[in-house]
Amino acid sequence: MKARVHVMLKDGVLDPQGEAVRHALGHLGFSGVEGVRQGKVIELDLAATDKAAAEVEVAQMCDKLLANTVIEKYTVEIV
Amino acid sequence: MKAAVITFPGSNCDRDLAVGFEKAGAQVVKVWHKETELPAGIDLIAVPGGFSYGDYLRCGAIASRSPVGQAIADFAGRGGYVLGICNGFQILTEMGLLPGALMRNATLKYICKPVALSVASADSAYTESYGVGTQVTFPIAHHDGNYQIDPNGLAALQGEDRVAFRYVENPNGSVDDIAGVLSENRRVLGMMPHPERAIEPAQGGADGAALFRALSGIMASA
Repeated sequence: MKARVHVMLKDGVLDPQGEAVRHALGHLGFSGVEGVRQGKVIELDLAATDKAAAEVEVAQMCDKLLANTVIEKYTVEIV
Repeated sequence: MKAAVITFPGSNCDRDLAVGFEKAGAQVVKVWHKETELPAGIDLIAVPGGFSYGDYLRCGAIASRSPVGQAIADFAGRGGYVLGICNGFQILTEMGLLPGALMRNATLKYICKPVALSVASADSAYTESYGVGTQVTFPIAHHDGNYQIDPNGLAALQGEDRVAFRYVENPNGSVDDIAGVLSENRRVLGMMPHPERAIEPAQGGADGAALFRALSGIMASA
């Protein structure tokens, strides 16, 4: 079973990298981009077979290591 | 006084930090990150700058969960002194020993230069010898030194006089110009600037020496 974790900065936390990407897109002529937020995707290969239990365990992984919940939020997707 | 200086894979200020303490008359024990117990009789743990674990995942994230991390947390929990500089500061916030987080510099650039700091609180073993409002110059060398904290956390830091140093000219976008913060019991200090790189005139300035002398003096007499 695979899990896909999306880690994003929380709303309201300034993302200077996203802002730089937005400006660069503007320079390339993409005028309609009103905001860019940059995050990361982490894929996990799991030995687990129980989807619900895996979701709980991956959430624990996020809280303990994969995300810094002071500034970041995450979502877990079992695929 | 006996200080433990931690070395992670990728630490690069551990030797400078050890010299800072030794020149101030302290005894230094180097501790490798795989240790789960700290040497007996230490008065302070110093977590150095560098790029622990290549800054993988987030700066300080892996180091904060390393074997020695729990020993550092336990030591701090017993009221021990812990000083984290640069990557060490990032590690201490990742461990939850200090509030807030260090994000990418607002300019997105790695900045390496001496900066002027103002001592914002003299109510700590680290800063009392300077006195409030004293201006000191320490080098900074970081890509992720942009200190951020939620409004309630910031109000708590300000209200409890826990901002130890502020930048005179904010180089990295840190909220409230914060360069260093203290824990609630004032014994854990995290700061981005490097006092250990300013301990003798040959380095371009010696303002940092007083910090190590003060610590050494306080703990020698304790």
